[in-house]
Amino acid sequence: MRHIISVLMENEPGALSRVVGLFSQRNFNIESLTVAPTEDATLSRLTVTTIGNDRVVEQITKQLNKLIDVVKVVDLSEGEHVEREVMMIKLKASGQMRAEIKRTCDIFRGQIIDVTATTYTVQLVGASDKLDAFISALGSASIMEVVRSGVCGIARGEKVLSL
Amino acid sequence: MVVRALRDEGVKYIYGYPGGSLLHVYDALFQQEDVQHVLVRHEQAATHMADAYARATGKAGVALVTSGPGATNAVTGIATAFTDSIPMVVITGQVMSHLIGEDAFQETDMLGISRPVVKHNFSVQRPEDIPAIVRKAFHIAESGRPGPVVIDVPKDMTTPTERYPYEYPKQVKMRSYTPITRGHSGQIKKATDLLLTAKRPVIYTGGGVILGGASDELTELSRMLNFPVTNTLMGLGGFPGTDRQFIGMLGMHGSYEANMAMHHADLILAVGARFDDRVTNATDKFCPTAKIIHIDIDPASISKTVQADIPIVGPAKVVLEEMIQLVKGSKKQPDTAAIQSWWQQIDEWRQRHGGRFRTDDSDLMKPQQVIEMLSKVTNGDAFVTSDVGQHQMFAAQYYKFNKPNRWINSGGLGTMGFGFPAAMGVKMNFPDADVACVTGEGSIQMNIQELSTCKQYDLPVKILCLNNQSLGMVRQWQDMNYESRHSQSYMKSLPDFVKLVEAYGHVGMKVEKYSDLEGAMREAFALKDRLVFMDIAVDPFEHVYPMQVPRGAMRDMWLSKTERT
Repeated sequence: MRHIISVLMENEPGALSRVVGLFSQRNFNIESLTVAPTEDATLSRLTVTTIGNDRVVEQITKQLNKLIDVVKVVDLSEGEHVEREVMMIKLKASGQMRAEIKRTCDIFRGQIIDVTATTYTVQLVGASDKLDAFISALGSASIMEVVRSGVCGIARGEKVLSL
Repeated sequence: MVVRALRDEGVKYIYGYPGGSLLHVYDALFQQEDVQHVLVRHEQAATHMADAYARATGKAGVALVTSGPGATNAVTGIATAFTDSIPMVVITGQVMSHLIGEDAFQETDMLGISRPVVKHNFSVQRPEDIPAIVRKAFHIAESGRPGPVVIDVPKDMTTPTERYPYEYPKQVKMRSYTPITRGHSGQIKKATDLLLTAKRPVIYTGGGVILGGASDELTELSRMLNFPVTNTLMGLGGFPGTDRQFIGMLGMHGSYEANMAMHHADLILAVGARFDDRVTNATDKFCPTAKIIHIDIDPASISKTVQADIPIVGPAKVVLEEMIQLVKGSKKQPDTAAIQSWWQQIDEWRQRHGGRFRTDDSDLMKPQQVIEMLSKVTNGDAFVTSDVGQHQMFAAQYYKFNKPNRWINSGGLGTMGFGFPAAMGVKMNFPDADVACVTGEGSIQMNIQELSTCKQYDLPVKILCLNNQSLGMVRQWQDMNYESRHSQSYMKSLPDFVKLVEAYGHVGMKVEKYSDLEGAMREAFALKDRLVFMDIAVDPFEHVYPMQVPRGAMRDMWLSKTERT
């Protein structure tokens, strides 16, 4: 099963490499990973999506908690949560494909953020499966480049991950 | 500032080897007398000495090594300590800050290299941070589940001509690190209730009991309940080895009765042990009828390989103490009749195999006999360090450890070359105690250069080299699994060890007959102020038994070359 694990950690040099190292060292899988400082400049928030059974995910959270730089760990997928990912995708857009791509883009509520005579760059925000769906909906359009931010997520309601 | 911080931490000995990036620190060491430096001949030995000091005392040992090759040579010792959860602080020199990343001379990314084998590591970015970092390093190394901590110090952080404010912190507070100090009372209550209903219980304990100083509590609880106790390789000495309730080590080379008892148990109380693969054999066949209570200070060790029914996260000493109080206060008593018949069963197993080895299949001395003699000559009271291989298993099986912190070996990582420097580290801190290093002719040659350090610091350890002229454990596996194709496990050109140690200024003895063994060993231990190397010729064809059958259950064992359970 896919899990979204959020980690609050000290914004120290080397902290990220400890987390990434842990995953490779213990043979845990990383689907995506994002990290950035929070409103408190001494803390970073890292979100990692991983696939594993309950036992593996339990080990992942326990092992993350053991890292000295890690302050808190939560498995967002255990409760109600919202997840988002940003994708930018550069497409060949000429002739009748221009209108076709624009239509698909509107259906998915994407934005065209850069245009040339022969290309479009589309920005799309949503859950990862929505981004996947957009790529398959493009059909015959020719993709030149894709960049995705990786998932970030937050719990619904009153629940917060903070100190 | 580094040396001052170490002094304020109360460090007496540090083990190390100088080099370019540490010259400022070594100059500071020269100008004071509180912190004494021990010069080894290879950095790996420095880490093992510091490690063994920690194993014998429970306090973090300290090693000091220079950047580049000094640091990488220390990595094996750091990993050894990490796998066995040993508190240690390793200070590594580093090139000047402005050169980091430029492939400078003797530069290596020690933070990156050490990361997977440390509990934590620090890089000093500002000289004024040194006292706080040193204090934090000791705090992290010694608290919770202990482990090694590396402090990487760029040379310009120690420039002696610059002055910085210095204050050594008394306490450490870290929002991201708060080791647990007691177990969950509800869980402890539940576990105690279960203990009192058990019919076929086994108490299985590991290094956590030794590191957590919980042997007295373990012994008290076990005696109150009259339950059998088995120790892991790392847990030996946690419960008295000569006690009737002790059923031996368990696991791959565990005793017949310990492995049989585990397999048939209805309740296992695991304390400070981590159900590793050398203990459990195939986890899907592990102890099929047992409920498992698991006490460990590290939540990640619980249900990692074997699911626990009652997990208790906490220090062994505090949790066991709470259990003792609960048992004392409980109206319910252990099921004496059931425990009695369980003991009958265990005693039957004990009689059936119980540490038997043959002496009639060879004219040569048996390695087991050497260990039994060592146990006799030292009254089970010596510090025994070992290397890795057959001799290690024989020492674990046949030396009767009655006290904790006396059996010092590389259990988790299995580092050949550990035993001799470890013995030196112990001897340095316990000059009046008997310290014996049980080794083989393979392992001893991995750090034999330290004979020179022993001369310099007068470290009269006793080295018992069980010389079977082959890498015995490798050979045993080749005999059992590779149709006796002895690929690279035979040592053709062994040195004359007696001459070798004499060249270093020590005493060498060669023992070839069992009848000479006791006299020679007594003579060696009587030479209180000399290092004695005993080169003991033993049967090269001997195997370690019992040996669990690969991918089997706990009870599936070879008992000799021909008998199987």
